[in-house]
Amino acid sequence: MLSRTADHLFWMARYMERAENTARMLDVNYQMSLLPQSEEAAERGWRGMLSINEVSGDFAKRYREVTPHTVIEYMVNDAANGSSIRSCLMAARENARAVRGTLTTEVWETQNQTWLEFQRLIGDGAFQKSPGEAFEWVKFRSHLSRGVTVGTMLQDEAFHFLRIGSFLERADNTARLLDVKFHSVPHDLFGNGAGPIGARMRNGIAAVTGGDGLQSQSQSQESGNKDVEFDFYHWSAVLRSVSGFEVYRKVYRNVIRPERVAELLILRPDMPRSLAACMHEVVSNLHRVANEQSKDTLRLAGRLCADLQYGRIDEILATGLHAYLTQFLERVNALGTGISRDFLVPVSP
Amino acid sequence: MKPGFDEMHDPSGAVREHYGGYDRWLHEQPPQVMQTRRDEAEVIFRRVGITFAVYGAKDDGGTNGGTERLIPFDLIPRVIPAHEWREMERGLRQRVTALNRFIHDVYHGQEILKAGVVPADQVTGNAQYRAEMQGVDVAGGIYSHIAGIDIVRAANPDGSGSYYVLEDNLRVPSGVSYMLENRKMMMRLFPELFGRHRVAPVAHYPDLLLETLRSVAPAAVNDPTVVVLTPGMYNSAYFEHAFLAQQMGIELVEGQDLYVRDNFVYMRTTQGPKRVDVIYRRVDDDFLDPRAFRPDSTLGCAGLLAAYRAGNVTLANAIGTGVADDKSIYPYVPKMIEFYLGEKPILNNVPTYLCRDPDDLGHVLDHLGELVVKEAHGAGGYGMLVGPAATAAEIERFRAAVKADPGRYIAQPTLALSTCPTFVESGIAPRHIDLRPFVLSGKTVQMVPGGLTRVALKEGSLVVNSSQGGGTKDTWILEA
Repeated sequence: MLSRTADHLFWMARYMERAENTARMLDVNYQMSLLPQSEEAAERGWRGMLSINEVSGDFAKRYREVTPHTVIEYMVNDAANGSSIRSCLMAARENARAVRGTLTTEVWETQNQTWLEFQRLIGDGAFQKSPGEAFEWVKFRSHLSRGVTVGTMLQDEAFHFLRIGSFLERADNTARLLDVKFHSVPHDLFGNGAGPIGARMRNGIAAVTGGDGLQSQSQSQESGNKDVEFDFYHWSAVLRSVSGFEVYRKVYRNVIRPERVAELLILRPDMPRSLAACMHEVVSNLHRVANEQSKDTLRLAGRLCADLQYGRIDEILATGLHAYLTQFLERVNALGTGISRDFLVPVSP
Repeated sequence: MKPGFDEMHDPSGAVREHYGGYDRWLHEQPPQVMQTRRDEAEVIFRRVGITFAVYGAKDDGGTNGGTERLIPFDLIPRVIPAHEWREMERGLRQRVTALNRFIHDVYHGQEILKAGVVPADQVTGNAQYRAEMQGVDVAGGIYSHIAGIDIVRAANPDGSGSYYVLEDNLRVPSGVSYMLENRKMMMRLFPELFGRHRVAPVAHYPDLLLETLRSVAPAAVNDPTVVVLTPGMYNSAYFEHAFLAQQMGIELVEGQDLYVRDNFVYMRTTQGPKRVDVIYRRVDDDFLDPRAFRPDSTLGCAGLLAAYRAGNVTLANAIGTGVADDKSIYPYVPKMIEFYLGEKPILNNVPTYLCRDPDDLGHVLDHLGELVVKEAHGAGGYGMLVGPAATAAEIERFRAAVKADPGRYIAQPTLALSTCPTFVESGIAPRHIDLRPFVLSGKTVQMVPGGLTRVALKEGSLVVNSSQGGGTKDTWILEA
């Protein structure tokens, strides 16, 4: 297969996945904003949304205030923002169009129609009138796109590059979401700080690793009831944003605790949006397309996968979640570069 | 106004025999059905993305990814009786064979120039003549593997009609994907029509095309790798390039995917370099090889011409075919047929005045209001004057242009192009049409029955080009 074709497929899948995750995060923020909360907390949520995508600076240049309205406008429909849903859906469609002959008719038509319908929804003002429904629409179009791909495409190289794109992007997005959400909790137990906060963090870990209910309880008391309430909504929102709320209940049959949320979204191999699950898919698809020069990239991917497979949440939290996720994002980024070099960027003559 | 020829109705208004079945069917349809079907067709074309990009509108700041338009599709088919097609097919075969012989001759012995049948300066002084091709032997001696011959029917004074070749397109003719998609659409919208009529199928065109391309691979190659070379997704015919590559199951490449080493062409793949033997290129000569032609071109591949001249890769169509489809060469095609084949031309040429000829020029300047004046090297319906439809100011502007540079222009009588009933806002009305059959030349000359019918949707307009607001129709070759 042409390297350029593989490149378009890889990016088509990445952009579609990114559109979905952006919609998921916006949706969670929007749902949170319907709950009674302080203005600061609400604003913090929307700011988090911007920093996940590393667009806070660009946003500040063009919008005066951080409000649900401006952030939704910017993250949904701003053509100048490369991370907006609009930009992602258009890029996904343009990449698909460049290789429409490689896709099945169904895959191409799904991608094309998503873009056409998006423009109609924007025209109708759907994203500002009923944001929840509109975000749901984006998610479903992404589900459809993936489903049509799995349901109709020959499982050849084209398919594998699409899958690699989807899961690499998802790993990146889940990691960013975790990073920001753990960062935005006012009594952040998992920040990279030292001192009293660090001490409390370790306290919290003991609660998990020891499985000691008593310590856990004492911490809740320390934080106060209001925080407990906030915690519940905050963490359940994070879970919902990755369709993980019900999964959490099923897996832990217990109250929602941040460290378990982290474990579920980082290490659980059977949780479809966890880092471990994503990397597993990346590795198995990479193996199917391996070529003479891709050894190093496969090694990089395999190692990342193994670290997740054999990692423990207490160790991760001991190094600091932020540090861990930052490093993870760097490794995912390096992996993406390796894939581009070995498969996508033309082999030199 | 000259009497017209309508494809469906004879001068008395009665429905012609070959349209009888369709006419009866149409009268059985409740009026809103056709409107519903039209809307349906539009939705499907948009969803499928059968669009073309508009020249000069590609950049709108990147927010919309270029302007894509639908080519309007008309639901009423253009029907040609099978016996007329058989005659046309013989004529096309003859004409394209002679044109290929002509190009081969131009780039070899130039017998036809020596014989004085075609003026030598018209050929070797032509902007489309490629000196680089002189003496180069191409696979099978074929130059124009894919030819699109534009044919119109014009009314005779007695009310009958005759077919004329309007122009030959021997470089990179486009439109065949619309021929195929239009048929698919008609069969989807009106399956029952095809149950009632014996319409010759066209869906095997990609098969014939692949067979043609494989048959002209360099002789040393057993199982040739064939690719389609496109300028990219912002080209107006990108849909067609992608469509044909997909239908043939071959790679759609851009210039950046190719490179030349030791006079062989390779494409860059995820598994390393792969040799390419035949390139169905949809990129103009000028852009094919920055080393040989326009150095600023990023659409081609450096070193391609050298690999081609070494016989290591086949280009379809060959470089330099434009020397035979130029409007200034067109008037000589009937003589070529006699010269190379010793046969009488089967298809008519439109009488043509060459403004470079002083007598012709005088006639043209005296009759600008009655003639169609075209640029000899123009394409796409740009830069032409349709005398009877032009304002006095437009005529004067052309008069000045023709006087300033007569060699650039040719003129033809305004043909009363035949009309075909077409859906327009006010209902069904006659609109002018033409026909572009696609002729494939490899080991043999082949074509699918029919071609692409284009229709000028504006009342009275004779310009059918899609870039100028033309539409298309399904074309039926109908067995009685």
